[in-house]
Amino acid sequence: MLTIKFFSLIREALNVGELTLEWSDELATVAHIKHHLVERHGEPWREVLFQPNVVHAVNQTVVHDQTPLKRGDEIAFFPPMTGG
Amino acid sequence: MRVAVHSHAFEVESHYDLLVREYPGAAVVTFTGYVRDHCDRGDVVALELEHYPGMTESVLEQIGAQAEERFNLKAWRIVHRFGTLDVTDPIVWVGVVADHRGQAFDGCQFIMDVLKTDAPFWKREHLQNGGAEWVEARVDDSDRRQRWNINHQETV
Repeated sequence: MLTIKFFSLIREALNVGELTLEWSDELATVAHIKHHLVERHGEPWREVLFQPNVVHAVNQTVVHDQTPLKRGDEIAFFPPMTGG
Repeated sequence: MRVAVHSHAFEVESHYDLLVREYPGAAVVTFTGYVRDHCDRGDVVALELEHYPGMTESVLEQIGAQAEERFNLKAWRIVHRFGTLDVTDPIVWVGVVADHRGQAFDGCQFIMDVLKTDAPFWKREHLQNGGAEWVEARVDDSDRRQRWNINHQETV
């Protein structure tokens, strides 16, 4: 199982905060997850997830989209951060 | 507890007292960030802050630990709110203690500059006219972080 979380503008644009995916060897990287989600949910998801400024985190650490995944990982997508 | 992330309001003075009690150092620098009452789009009536529970706390811990090592801080604390905040409420407070003022100024500034771009918070401003808009990340904030010459992966 993989847990996928969305925050802020991305959560609102996709209208979902969290979902799970069955683990599969084909979901090898964060980029594979993005393609998989677009295939499953359609083109509107491409416009959101493939924006150039989307930040990806795996297990609560910011990573690039070629980061390999393993069973049980938590993947998150969110816009650039604006705290402080 | 060096990092506090919560939805309730906080008193700057109580965190200051805890900080200086931890290490009575020669140099103390603090920063407080407040909810502003206006933005480019108009008057602001409230600020909403979303965050990523768990990641937020661990990133703030890492930023503080990195500042401690880099600037030889003797003590530090970071407080950050989430949820709905009123205009003029404190959003964030950072306090550091060092033996010399240069380390204290730099340590506090480093924590704030990295926190702005690396801690997973997202602001939405609620406006007088009834609208609500997500705040966009500012290039200026990325530039300030760059000055510290750290790799993006280093702190988060």
